[in-house]
Amino acid sequence: MSLLEVNNLSVEFATQDGAVRAVNNVSFSVDEGKTLAIVGESGSGKSQTVFAMMGLLAANGKATGSVRFEGDEVLGLTGDALNAIRAQKMAMIFQDPMTSLNPYMRISDQMAEVLVHHNGLSKSDAIKQSIRMLDAVKIPESKNRIRMFPHEFSGGMRQRVMIAMSLLCQPKLLIADEPTTALDVTVQAQIMRLLAEIQKDFGTAIILITHDLGVVAGNSDDTLVMYGGQVMEVGTTESVYAAPTHPYTQGLMSAVPRVDSELDKLVTIPGNPPNMMNMPTGCPFTPRCRFAIDKCLKTMPELIHSGGDAGHMRACNIPKEDLV
Amino acid sequence: MSNETIMQVEDLKVYFKVTPTGAMPWTKPHILKAVDGVSFDLKAGETLGIVGESGCGKSTLARGIIRLIPAESGQVLWLGQDLLKLDNKEMRSRRQEVQMIFQDPLASLDPRMNIGEIIAEPVKTHHPKTPTAEVKKMVEEVMVKVGLLPNLVNRYPHEFSGGQCQRIGIARALILKPKLIICDEPVSALDVSIQAQVVNLLKELQEEMGLALIFIAHDLSVVKHISTRIMVLYLGNMVEIADSADLYNTPRHPYTQALISAVPIPDPLIEKNKELILIKGDLPSAINPPSGCVFRTRCPKAQDICARDRPEFADAGNGHKVACHFHD
Amino acid sequence: MIVADKNKIAEMAENLTGLDAVDGRSLWADARRRFMHNKAAVVSLVILTLIVLFSFIGPYFAVWSNEEIDWAVMGSAATLGMPSFETGHFFGTDDLGRDIYSRVIQGTQISLMVGVVGAFIAVSVGTLYGAVAGYVGGRTDQIMMRIVDILMAIPFMFVLILMLVVFGRSIGMLFIGIGLLAWLDMSRIVRGQTLSIKNKEFIEAARATGVSGFKIITRHIVPNLLGVVAVYATLLVPGMILTESFISFLGLGVQEPNTSWGALISEGAGTIRYDTEWQLLFPLAFFVVSLFCFYFIGDGLRDALDPKDR
Repeated sequence: MSLLEVNNLSVEFATQDGAVRAVNNVSFSVDEGKTLAIVGESGSGKSQTVFAMMGLLAANGKATGSVRFEGDEVLGLTGDALNAIRAQKMAMIFQDPMTSLNPYMRISDQMAEVLVHHNGLSKSDAIKQSIRMLDAVKIPESKNRIRMFPHEFSGGMRQRVMIAMSLLCQPKLLIADEPTTALDVTVQAQIMRLLAEIQKDFGTAIILITHDLGVVAGNSDDTLVMYGGQVMEVGTTESVYAAPTHPYTQGLMSAVPRVDSELDKLVTIPGNPPNMMNMPTGCPFTPRCRFAIDKCLKTMPELIHSGGDAGHMRACNIPKEDLV
Repeated sequence: MSNETIMQVEDLKVYFKVTPTGAMPWTKPHILKAVDGVSFDLKAGETLGIVGESGCGKSTLARGIIRLIPAESGQVLWLGQDLLKLDNKEMRSRRQEVQMIFQDPLASLDPRMNIGEIIAEPVKTHHPKTPTAEVKKMVEEVMVKVGLLPNLVNRYPHEFSGGQCQRIGIARALILKPKLIICDEPVSALDVSIQAQVVNLLKELQEEMGLALIFIAHDLSVVKHISTRIMVLYLGNMVEIADSADLYNTPRHPYTQALISAVPIPDPLIEKNKELILIKGDLPSAINPPSGCVFRTRCPKAQDICARDRPEFADAGNGHKVACHFHD
Repeated sequence: MIVADKNKIAEMAENLTGLDAVDGRSLWADARRRFMHNKAAVVSLVILTLIVLFSFIGPYFAVWSNEEIDWAVMGSAATLGMPSFETGHFFGTDDLGRDIYSRVIQGTQISLMVGVVGAFIAVSVGTLYGAVAGYVGGRTDQIMMRIVDILMAIPFMFVLILMLVVFGRSIGMLFIGIGLLAWLDMSRIVRGQTLSIKNKEFIEAARATGVSGFKIITRHIVPNLLGVVAVYATLLVPGMILTESFISFLGLGVQEPNTSWGALISEGAGTIRYDTEWQLLFPLAFFVVSLFCFYFIGDGLRDALDPKDR
């Protein structure tokens, strides 16, 4: 049994102009100690998917479907039950560490709060544990630094503090929502290496959400590609990168400039990112797809086996061989 | 297209005065050395990429070159004239030839003007006597050039997507047929698939119009794709400059080497077996930069001499220049 | 849908000659739409318009002018001066036998005029002063704002009363006095807005294009200020009216036979124990309703122009 199983998860927002489906029938699973990368651009629904899992949706959002963590249903939990899962079973780190940390509280207080609330530790014990965790994320002089405020840290350090905070209760699953997008590339390399070490040391499973195909390539076991709220392709990272079988994935791979290539022109995906207010009833990628046929507008294709490696699935009406 | 040098920047310095917190009115302000002596040449039709991480001063450099920020000292020779010494009126007139596009596509457009007015503004500013019909024609032509339908001319910026807004910005920069466009992180705020569209567009326009580009970004993959030469900045100093392929294949400065190894490549087999060069420590403050070589506090090769002498920008052959006492 | 392929665009552009450009949806249109959805604001706008119309059209229905004294009622307002249709005193009379209906109309005219003109002066002077200080920045800005600070520290009510006593009471004096006070706040607000607009990228883009400083202020900064200025202007008007009413309440406002809401309220309040409530209630009703309307409209404008909703 997988650590996390998501089945037919959908998220709908009630807005002034009608209902908006941000996430549409998404299913995936994450095994213990593995990393799943969810890749997508704006409007893909990748962030809303994990917000729904953690119970962090906005007030006008409603999630349906099933999210099972270690066999127990966690979607729709509220109050104490929800708090019991957060931080202890599933923890989350966000894109901008500056806004995720309270600027008015010392790091020691913010970290101790987690342990005192969830594990019932005394404040002094909580702080000792926090210092140990700061050491684990390689923050130098942790004993002194823990008394500082967030603005006294650099961007990379703040993200390490966030990671430390999320690991305090030793959750089995860590969700990282664009953790390095706001960071310099050298700092990004350090943080991703840190996450890999943590996964090795603590056995934490990771869901990594990003739009950066390079980061995914180096740091994930499985890759899930989303567009317009739907899953387009999913499989092991090696399989998806070696032989992408969906027009969107293929387009994305060709559109990304590679520092090690000498290609003259990037192959672009025409058109604009999807407008969530105005989605076609069929496959959301249809307006931008070179191979689209009538059927694509009307029916969303099912996720079927791609004919490649095991577990490599695609949701496309056009057979793989015709995608040239 | 000739190979003449159109711009020569000589030892440009841009400093800021920063009042420390809790200072008295008579305390001398600190000096933040955002750009500390940058020199380079630019030839007609070529693309110079400027790359570096936060705090390296690349955006400040761009603005210093065209006097959006006052420079402390140095020279910016544009077609022989020093831009830093021109009076305001003369400088404004020169701006027709050197244009700029910005990082946040929507924020760089006045929300109260429709895009026709926005794109026409350079014409109205520099050639106010142009008849309305001709202005309209110029606007429509340049809109088609950047891939926008001309019948959208009355729409407002907030009605467009990020990629389209950037095209509007490019149209505005192109309408007076400049010789150089400075691009300050033009695709960082855009989705990957849209980045590719804008990058391709810039390359096409460059070929068509013989434009020179200065392309500033933190994403080395994008910069390498579009640039003929790349310059690497660190804390306001140039560390290396070379042709794009040369820089990637044989980086000679320790910082450049670390930077290149950190760039993620979308190929799992390469990435997982890559040898990562990690630099330790944090970026030092630009108010009190390290003596000698500014990179020495984090450099694996640092020795005593690095703290004493600031390394010269030495020629390593083939137009490849490095500033390091122990470069490869 | 916008197609990115250049050749396709050129083709489509050729086929489109003759096709009219589509109209855009400007931010003002968006704001107007949002304003119309705000029921309180729209109702207030309607009521205020009615009150203004009343002040113009009302006199045609008046039987008595505002100065005429009804000798029949004089002295016995409590018994004979009640509001009625037969006597032509729709709102009743005051103790001197003057028709309150006409007096209220006049009071409305004067009070609204003081409010609007005063606000207009404050907005014009304040906006220009604040925009220049904000855009120029540096020393100039510091000096200009210190002047504002010093002026704000002066107890204005005191100075105003002094001026009115020394130079005599007149409408002109009132305008000057009140206008001189209100621009200070406005200049602070406009300066703050200018500072935040000045740092936006489109201003930098305008400078990079080569637009001169003056043109930047008039073409880019002022139109983007108008939203905030409009909101504060509508909130300034009731402030002006209140100040004027207070002055009049003290007996230092407009001279007889002119009157204003404040003066009427003052008189009405003084006689309330004599069972002549109508003398107070009518002017008070107009006063309170108008103020509420201005506040609701101001609130509505602020919500409508709130950029968060973009």
